[in-house]
Amino acid sequence: MSLMLEPSAEQIKQEKIYKTMGLSTDEFAMVEKILGRLPNYTELGLFSVMWSEHCSYKTSKPVLRKFPVTGEHVLQGPGEGAGIVDIGDEQAVAFKIESHNHPSAIEPYQGAATGVGGIIRDVFSMGARPVAILNSLRFGELDSARTKYLFKEIVAGIAGYGNCIGIPTVGGEIYFDPSYEGNPLVNAMCVGLIDHKDIQKGQAKGTGNTVMYVGAKTGRDGIHGATFASEELTEASESKRPAVQVGDPFMEKLLLEACLEVVQSDALIGIQDMGAAGLTSSSAEMASKAGYGIEMNLDLVPQRETGMTAYEMMLSESQERMLLVVTKGREAEIQEIFKKYDLDCVAVGTVTDDKMLRLHHNGQVVADVPADALAEDAPVYNMPSTEPAYYRENQAIKAEIPVVENVEETLMKLMQQPTIASKEWVYNQYDHMVRTSTVVSPGSDAAVVRIRGTRKALAMTTDCNSRYIYLDPETGGKIAVAEAARNIIASGAEPLAITDCLNFGNPEKPEIFWQIEKATDGMSEACKVLKTPVIGGNVSLYNETSGEAVYPTPVVGMVGLIKDLDHITTQAFKNAGDLVYLLGETKDEFGGSELQKLTSGKIFGKAPELDLEVEEKNQKAVLKAIQEGLVASAHDLAEGGLAVALAESAIGSEGLGVKVNTTGHAVSALFSESQSRFILTVKKEHQSEFEKVTSAALIGEITEQPTLQIVHDGETIIDTPIETLEKAWKGAIPCLLN
Amino acid sequence: MKFAVIVFPGSNCDIDMYHAIKDELGEEVEFVWHDSESLEGFDGVLLPGGFSYGDYLRTGAIARFSNVMKEVVKAANEGKPVLGVCNGFQILLEAGLLPGAMKRNESLKFICSQTQLKVVNNQTMFSNVYQPNEVITVPIAHGEGNYYCDEETLEKLKKNNQIVFTYEGTNPNGSLIDIAGIINEKGNVLGMMPHPERAVDELLGGADGLKLFQSIVKQWRESNVINA
Repeated sequence: MSLMLEPSAEQIKQEKIYKTMGLSTDEFAMVEKILGRLPNYTELGLFSVMWSEHCSYKTSKPVLRKFPVTGEHVLQGPGEGAGIVDIGDEQAVAFKIESHNHPSAIEPYQGAATGVGGIIRDVFSMGARPVAILNSLRFGELDSARTKYLFKEIVAGIAGYGNCIGIPTVGGEIYFDPSYEGNPLVNAMCVGLIDHKDIQKGQAKGTGNTVMYVGAKTGRDGIHGATFASEELTEASESKRPAVQVGDPFMEKLLLEACLEVVQSDALIGIQDMGAAGLTSSSAEMASKAGYGIEMNLDLVPQRETGMTAYEMMLSESQERMLLVVTKGREAEIQEIFKKYDLDCVAVGTVTDDKMLRLHHNGQVVADVPADALAEDAPVYNMPSTEPAYYRENQAIKAEIPVVENVEETLMKLMQQPTIASKEWVYNQYDHMVRTSTVVSPGSDAAVVRIRGTRKALAMTTDCNSRYIYLDPETGGKIAVAEAARNIIASGAEPLAITDCLNFGNPEKPEIFWQIEKATDGMSEACKVLKTPVIGGNVSLYNETSGEAVYPTPVVGMVGLIKDLDHITTQAFKNAGDLVYLLGETKDEFGGSELQKLTSGKIFGKAPELDLEVEEKNQKAVLKAIQEGLVASAHDLAEGGLAVALAESAIGSEGLGVKVNTTGHAVSALFSESQSRFILTVKKEHQSEFEKVTSAALIGEITEQPTLQIVHDGETIIDTPIETLEKAWKGAIPCLLN
Repeated sequence: MKFAVIVFPGSNCDIDMYHAIKDELGEEVEFVWHDSESLEGFDGVLLPGGFSYGDYLRTGAIARFSNVMKEVVKAANEGKPVLGVCNGFQILLEAGLLPGAMKRNESLKFICSQTQLKVVNNQTMFSNVYQPNEVITVPIAHGEGNYYCDEETLEKLKKNNQIVFTYEGTNPNGSLIDIAGIINEKGNVLGMMPHPERAVDELLGGADGLKLFQSIVKQWRESNVINA
């Protein structure tokens, strides 16, 4: 038996107990009005999780509405477990990104592991076979014991879950910045493949059909996880460790295989993951989406502990569970499949036509609330928005080129910045090869996964430079989408669509809400121009510690289609004698750059400009050149500018060097972070054809001698062995950790 | 030649193994579920990598009690080729078909990367297509591949040429004398940590693993022609 006596409906109101669950007095009054009576403790729990920001998007909905969500290839937009895009031949790709920031800040290993587990379930709940995982991580500087601990444990958690379940972790990105010190970000993305005919929906249709619970048993872990994720982190957050779930990748592997068998059965009507808000969200959303109700007997729910209350069962976020709706009378067929995997598969309720979510427990009705009220009717807030003073101040700063005494030394230092340095220490802990389809492993612009039995492949990436977004959310938001597309293009793919994970601070602060508005404005515009609709995503707000918000970090996850394996292109230089081209204009842009941070210890000024027309034109030209077989290697220019990009491509080539000529201001030529730029290498015999396709400038040649040589206005300013650069680049993160 | 790929709950390299045999080697292959009670009709048995039963206890410790393992032991006793890769190797150790045990990697971390292997014994049914001391590239992906055995066993392994593959250059996991793969005394059961089924296609970075499977087929064809 539960030792805690639940408060009565009157007590809840008088003592304002709803406030401890994150509901405001106005919201409580709305609940009372909807029900026409006071909610009991269980019902209050249902409303508080479903109306949390995490589940209801009550403050972010107005900005999410701006995103373009349709396109000729989109088969499923936002609203289901994952979005789905057509890739031809009756095949499609399903993908989504999601955050697990708050749990990871408190219990990094399990927080990160269950983040991976949750996003995988979202994808296979659509009927898709997960084929790749990516992640986007943010940490404080790697100089405190706490950050090192978080970094090691979060990486281990991602590895532990992904490696065991057997889905390759093929890519992602990691940035380090003091703003993430107390509130790391852990965003996980999963990509799956599906045949059109297998696409599922989370729906509870058809009166009398059976609601079935499958997978792991329900325990007391993760209760109120969604509510916890919708408030700021404080020193007291440590005490919320029980709100962090514990993952069991083996259980999920079984659940995955069983569910993919079940979707082949026409007895299945709907399927949904029990993610945030567990049994509550899955049942209420499935009923609401289909316009039906659900009646469940909680006595039948498989339980890991004895004496669980209805409240605890409904709010538990125990992992590796799914809710199914099955044609009445055909339950045994479904049970047979789960039996093969030794998994629970229990009929717990039925679909009704009264649109109510009605719960029975110990012979009593313990909750009776309209499903729509939980899933659809959460209040939507148009938050006040104010342009922050810091933005105006930064816009007013005159652009300056940082003073660099020695460019060669500076390049070495840049290569060792943890944000630029090799992430091999991280991705060597991830099984990135299982499923034997990973053609381009972590470390290039985008990862590439082939589609077995076809000549096609998928390119995928996650991107977000939050420094630019902090300085100028609108431009930065555009850059995040454009950079993702640039990475996809550089790998030889056509961008299809994006999924986004909007990580911001407390939206109740007008300056933070302004960041959200502006960043999503920029993203929307870029998505429209680059024709990459938003097919789903996740919002993570309240990323603050002790009142300080993280940098605004709307991570973009993008997937592209490579139409022929011959188009696959990597950033590594290929042959001595190949010509080196730079596409795109280099300006004196250092606001938010790696060089600025290195030389001044902070970021300030204007973010780099982005002209979406130029961006689109350059991207199209690169893709055309690649598809015509004219490009040997392609790399987008990002943090650290041209010099860093050349070094990375040379390191990847295993033995080649490069010599280029630059003009203008040396520091800008080498380290500016101007946008819309690519480094392309081309075989000499393709020179004239290539020059017809793009306006790229010939700047040098790949050399047999393994050095990076940069000649500026006739004077050699860099002449460094690639081995030296590689050692510094690869050694930086292990060195910081030891 | 017809291969069985054994699937334990938690196996995750089963599909890769299947495709390596079917698509790249061009031989017959079928999945066999862990509770199967017969391996009748199969000429070779493949135990794939993964995390059988989650490997929450000791790697392979639970899988060895699966129904199908009795049949695997039987096949081994009959002299059929039995190959265990990664988790499959760990299971063969737990089942006593190969000597020794696995410890966690010296770094205490999971490692996934390409590794260089030396074929130190090319006179086995799993390595006869390789050149003597050929250096090949085959990836690893494991957290517990640090092979260990007592001195007496090690002497025996050396004396009988039971060490088939060793790591060349860097030893990624701290295994005893760089051991990457060993064979039983009889010569028909091979366990190895590196994944040959991940090295069968140039598109994915190399095909050095294919020769291992070709070796099995070559030996099988030769002995079957002789028998016939």
